Amino acid sequence: MKQLMLGNEAVARGLYEAGCAFVSSYPGTPSTEITEAIAKYSEVYAEWAPNEKVAMESAFGASLAGKRSFCGMKHVGLNVSADPLFTIAYTGVNAGMVIGVADDAGMHSSQNEQDSRHYARAAKVPMLEPADSAEAIAFAKLAYELSEQFDTPVLLKMCTRVSHSQSVVEPGERIEVSKPYEKNPAKYIMMPGNANKRHPVVEARTRTLVEWAETADINRVEDGSDHSRGIITSSTSYQYVKEVCGDRYPVMKLGMIWPMPEKKIRDFAASVEELVVVEELDSFIEAHCLNLGLKVTGKEVFPAIDEFSQNLVAQKLGMNVPCAGCKVDDAIPARPPVMCAGCPHRSLYYTLAKNKITVIGDIGCYTLGAVPPLAAVDSVVCMGASISGAHGFTKALQGAADGKTVAVIGDSTFMHSGITGLVNVAYNESNTTVIIVDNSITGMTGHQQNPTTGMNLKGDPCTKIDLETLCRAVGIRRVRVVDPYDLKQTETAIKEELAAPEASVIISRRPCALLKYVKHNKPVTFDTDKCRSCKLCMKIGCPAISMTADASGKMKATIDNTLCTGCGVCTQLCHFGALNMAKEAE
Amino acid sequence: MKTSNIMIVGVGGQGSLLASTLLGRLLLTKGYDIKVSEVHGMSQRGGSVVTYVRFGDKVYSPVIDKGEADYIVSFELLEAARWTEYLKKDGKLVANTQQINPMPVITGAAQYPENLADKLKAAGINVDAFDALSLAEQAGSSKAVNIVLMGHLSRSFDFTLDEWLDAIEKSVPAKFLELNKKAFMLGREA
Repeated sequence: MKQLMLGNEAVARGLYEAGCAFVSSYPGTPSTEITEAIAKYSEVYAEWAPNEKVAMESAFGASLAGKRSFCGMKHVGLNVSADPLFTIAYTGVNAGMVIGVADDAGMHSSQNEQDSRHYARAAKVPMLEPADSAEAIAFAKLAYELSEQFDTPVLLKMCTRVSHSQSVVEPGERIEVSKPYEKNPAKYIMMPGNANKRHPVVEARTRTLVEWAETADINRVEDGSDHSRGIITSSTSYQYVKEVCGDRYPVMKLGMIWPMPEKKIRDFAASVEELVVVEELDSFIEAHCLNLGLKVTGKEVFPAIDEFSQNLVAQKLGMNVPCAGCKVDDAIPARPPVMCAGCPHRSLYYTLAKNKITVIGDIGCYTLGAVPPLAAVDSVVCMGASISGAHGFTKALQGAADGKTVAVIGDSTFMHSGITGLVNVAYNESNTTVIIVDNSITGMTGHQQNPTTGMNLKGDPCTKIDLETLCRAVGIRRVRVVDPYDLKQTETAIKEELAAPEASVIISRRPCALLKYVKHNKPVTFDTDKCRSCKLCMKIGCPAISMTADASGKMKATIDNTLCTGCGVCTQLCHFGALNMAKEAE
Repeated sequence: MKTSNIMIVGVGGQGSLLASTLLGRLLLTKGYDIKVSEVHGMSQRGGSVVTYVRFGDKVYSPVIDKGEADYIVSFELLEAARWTEYLKKDGKLVANTQQINPMPVITGAAQYPENLADKLKAAGINVDAFDALSLAEQAGSSKAVNIVLMGHLSRSFDFTLDEWLDAIEKSVPAKFLELNKKAFMLGREA
């Protein structure tokens, strides 16, 4: 039966139908829903791994054992798991292994705009690229066939617009696949003597995959009436091209983006006057065409930054662009994402900013501590970079930064790749203060469980890693826990740990205010008569507090009852008793 | 049939995903090709959010571009003003008059434009602005503002009332069905 399905859910459906039995992933926008969706199928074992490297290695183990396996991640997650990728490319697989990677052109929720297609070429593994949900199902299934036929892991490349768009699909039935495990050291033990023999296998495999690409249905040509131009494209760019051009120009749609066909592209180029490549981000198809010695129009016309749209493609092809609608003359203020009302990170950042502490930050909701009015963060690079960054910062200044610098990292990010940084702090003895903001969930990607939450992907209770014990075990002697809603306690802890002559960890612990089990207090009460308009409460950047004109026109602090969770942080700031916790018995 | 384009815009957390789910369900039963594009992740968190709903014989692009929207349904007035360039010349803006201050306004770094509903009209936009929040509260929950807006939008389409109500039934939990049906009717009659 036809249904509307999100691109990521469609990937999960394809995995399910292909008989995938093992899934290990780390959440990351826009890839997260693939694994959330596959977890709903009881036939499939699915888990959140602590990071993408662990996920990929686990998926490899499952493939080796003879079960079709999958690991999913966002583009930057593929950097984390690049190490196993480049060598699993040599070993090949037993049962099929598919690696899902979702790029984020336009950086809706990412720290860079990398083009993951380069990994396919660099690691010498095939990459399929669906353009809608129906293709997501079909390509996930095809990826397993290719994986087993050509003895290779296969990359399944998504992007924000394919991952997060619903389109019409017709789900099919599941098959079961199982391969016997046979010991094969020459294939699976990659030490130099064996790897030397595997590398030629990999190069030969790519050549046979090119032959496959020449005749594959997923690399199709859709003829057009006007051969003055022919367009090679893939993924969401294909949709924009067809939206704009319809059946006017011939279009070659590449479903397998690596390796690409050679003869097929040459023949297509010969059939049109001007060869145009429309692809988001880097020159990849275009570079391939240039390698084939073809004259091609590409990145000198189409931008290498940001995502495309139909109007952009129309404009660059010199075609009709619709007139924009009317707008008001007033400047429209931006509405950036903010920390939610009741967010436990807010008060921590207020305290750090107030004490003018240098904050080496990390990836998560708490990156929003960088935004005014808190503006408390100095750098954010990648998952785990806070602790190692603070270590380098502290060491480099030979004591001058001691007592003035902290690393801030979330519970999930700490488990992902913060631990190794902390080991380095302990081992190489820097006087680094690490603050783990433990909100008991992976927040930014939409509430996924992690090793510190005591729950697994399927929602069942499981082993809960104890952060205090873990930090002490790696050699940190000073470990303490604070409640960030308590401003005084938090400030005291930060000052004491910064003053201490050795490394320390402060665990700032309070569950995310959006978690269903978290009970909110009644909204904070406000008294405009007592408010002296000092605006101290505005310094925490809470969306529930605003300055509103009273009867006499004076701006006074008021609380939005629909947003306020009664966390009470603002009441601790007000010196005049204008903001108060609501009495429970009312 | 030419592709029709509906944008649903608002503030993260206002419930625009339910509105697009409802539209998707309804359009699927009518046999259209459909694409619905959503925003997840960082963009939510109280930020500006937009959902694109497109349907017709064959839909290619998952997004709607400037000058293409037949309808913009806005949950918040500033968000309505932010996206009007996406309307077609004869497109229509269905807007909730609710105002939610963004952080730059809260901190005093920017001003929320005054009399925005009037300015939208004066700019030549076909705007149908009404207080959907009050109607949602009247139906029993401020959270039903999404269904009130869908009720109001429903007047612009030929689908029968039963078809809309059937889609609501498939999209909301049973215990909230009556509330949502009431919200839908209040919006439809507003």
